[in-house]
Amino acid sequence: MNLQIATLLGQDGLTNGAIYALLALSILLVFTVTRILLIPLGEFVTFGALTMAAIQMGKLPQLEWLLLGLTCIDCSLDLYQQARSRFNRRKLQGVALKLGYAATLVILVHTLPLAELPMGAQILLTLALIVPLGPIMYRLFFQPLADAPSLVLLIVSIAVHVSMVGTGLLLFGPEGARTKPFSDSGFHLGSVMLKSQTLWVILVSIFLIVTLFIAFERTLYGKALRATAVNRMGARLLGISPVFAGKVTFALAAFIGSASGILIAPITTLYYDSGFIISLKGFVGAIIGGLVSYPLAAIGSVAVGMVEAFSMFWASGYKEIIVFTLIIPFLIWRSMTSHHVEDDE
Amino acid sequence: MPSKKMLSALFLSTSLIAPLANADIKIGVVSSSTGPIALVGIPQKNTVALLPTSIGGEKVSYISLDDGSDPTATVKAFKKLIDEEHVDAIIGPSGSGNAMAVIQFAAESGTPMLAPVGTAAVVLPMTEQKKWVFKTTQNDDLIAAAIVEQMKASGVKTIGLIGTADPYGENWAKVMTNLTEKAGIQIVASEQFQRQDTSMTGQSLKIIMTNPDAVLIAAPGSSSVMPQTTLKDQGYGGTIYQTHGAALDAFLRLGGKAVEGTILAASSMLVLDEVPDSVSKEIATKYIADYKKLYGEVPATFGGNVYDAGLLLENAIPNALKSGKPGTAEFRSALRDTLEISKEVPSTQGVYNMTPADHSGFDERGRIMITVKDGKWALLK
Repeated sequence: MNLQIATLLGQDGLTNGAIYALLALSILLVFTVTRILLIPLGEFVTFGALTMAAIQMGKLPQLEWLLLGLTCIDCSLDLYQQARSRFNRRKLQGVALKLGYAATLVILVHTLPLAELPMGAQILLTLALIVPLGPIMYRLFFQPLADAPSLVLLIVSIAVHVSMVGTGLLLFGPEGARTKPFSDSGFHLGSVMLKSQTLWVILVSIFLIVTLFIAFERTLYGKALRATAVNRMGARLLGISPVFAGKVTFALAAFIGSASGILIAPITTLYYDSGFIISLKGFVGAIIGGLVSYPLAAIGSVAVGMVEAFSMFWASGYKEIIVFTLIIPFLIWRSMTSHHVEDDE
Repeated sequence: MPSKKMLSALFLSTSLIAPLANADIKIGVVSSSTGPIALVGIPQKNTVALLPTSIGGEKVSYISLDDGSDPTATVKAFKKLIDEEHVDAIIGPSGSGNAMAVIQFAAESGTPMLAPVGTAAVVLPMTEQKKWVFKTTQNDDLIAAAIVEQMKASGVKTIGLIGTADPYGENWAKVMTNLTEKAGIQIVASEQFQRQDTSMTGQSLKIIMTNPDAVLIAAPGSSSVMPQTTLKDQGYGGTIYQTHGAALDAFLRLGGKAVEGTILAASSMLVLDEVPDSVSKEIATKYIADYKKLYGEVPATFGGNVYDAGLLLENAIPNALKSGKPGTAEFRSALRDTLEISKEVPSTQGVYNMTPADHSGFDERGRIMITVKDGKWALLK
């Protein structure tokens, strides 16, 4: 072990840690606002990466049909509900808007020369395809039982995860994919070669984290979400819609998930089922933060990335064991220091 | 998922037809068309449609089940095929671990099992139970011997190993340790990784530190790409060897420039145009053309392993029919006995010569040395 190797491993750990931190923040955000442990978060990562890869190869990502199909179910549910009460002009407009959005995307994906688009447009298209899946997912699977015990929500979350993995296999096939790097250049730091993609990952992660922080501290919507997280009933009494809060957090999670996928796709091969293990490491980070503290979760995730990188060097066969064993001392520490509040909901 | 629906429709239809067509030969197929090894299982499941539909004047029906890459599900599928469908033979499963889990059930019921899996552990060492198992792929040591021979010929003295932490990678590490020792090649580093790992920096740095002449990467499917790109990124200049697990077009696509010059031993299916004419070449060309017509893409070699199982059965069934009617224990036992003495049966990947001790039966005609040149597979000259 010399300085050069330590730098390389540290760079690797930091890159992965930044991604885990982003995922840990989304897990935390969704959990505090809706009490749902978002297990399918990893699928957003793989969907993002694989859609991007399909677009770069000039193949149809197929995801547009999933989006259209789910939007149709969503809209018919909306219409059914309205038919039972009374039709409301604004809500009808909303339905039309959603359907129009999905249809436009299907047309766009089928007419644009996907492979020739500039990379920025490809990224936008990927995000435009995946981010709406978040709120739709909340609407279809979680909103009907938003008041159910956390355990039920967890089980539904697992079910959604399993079916999304299956859908991923159907849409993208079993082969892994990786995408082109944002730029080919690298630069030297002392004797160590740094890849520009690494820098992209770290910078974008920091940017997203800071933006989220500002949004939560300064904007009305951010404050509304925070209020919901602190006290759901109280927020509701003050006129913050829990449905709205749920949809927004899911949209954010879908955005962060797919953005992470797009960020790491050039440096690693992702498979349709890689997402779970990645989000699980984010989850370890979130646990280190006790599922409440954002800064602790971010620091914990970076620590997870570092431990992973160095254990990969010293004991490659035991890497996963070492990473996931990390959770045990923290759970013990947590259970000793924090006193348990019975959550009777 | 639609495939589930199709499967249940298939069950329904076969259970309705079954009483009417009792004399048919029934073959069960278990593949992992979903789950972590779907990459292997999907071409295998697709190949079922290309298997012979009539052998020795008897109609053959296939019952295809998916085990989701889960050994428990494989056991369930085997039990169902054996106890409810009374199949005469089973082709499958796709995974090495899955195959190990079901050998006992195939043997207890006396059903020949043709396993298209990689690891030689399913037929070696030969036991009373493994008598019922036939492996339709090349044994790891056959491929490894070719690689080691090539290494020796090109003057490689030290090698590094990177393998997946699963039966595939572990078996390769074992086989290589034995073979390199005999050839006077030293393994200076042996590292492991998980298929889904997002980074390989640590392993590859450790290998580069020992600076071996060559590196062998033993990983199934597209997971074989990442170790190689990482090694290249960090400036490793030696030769990189791959196993037949990397013999996929996805390997070329994902690896791009980084896999240029890779050397691997695999079946001739990859470079059909360049190999001299033989019966195997004819069969493989026909298989690839048929598959392409049906699915619009070239099959991975894994599919060929199931196709070859069909060829073995086609060769053995006429003889077995003399001893008993399909559906009886006599027929199954005769089928096993005939499979065991399969002589010079040509297949997509080589020629089978089964013996009571060798239930894989490939010789050096079952593998050739291949390299990557200008982004395409090419015969190593």
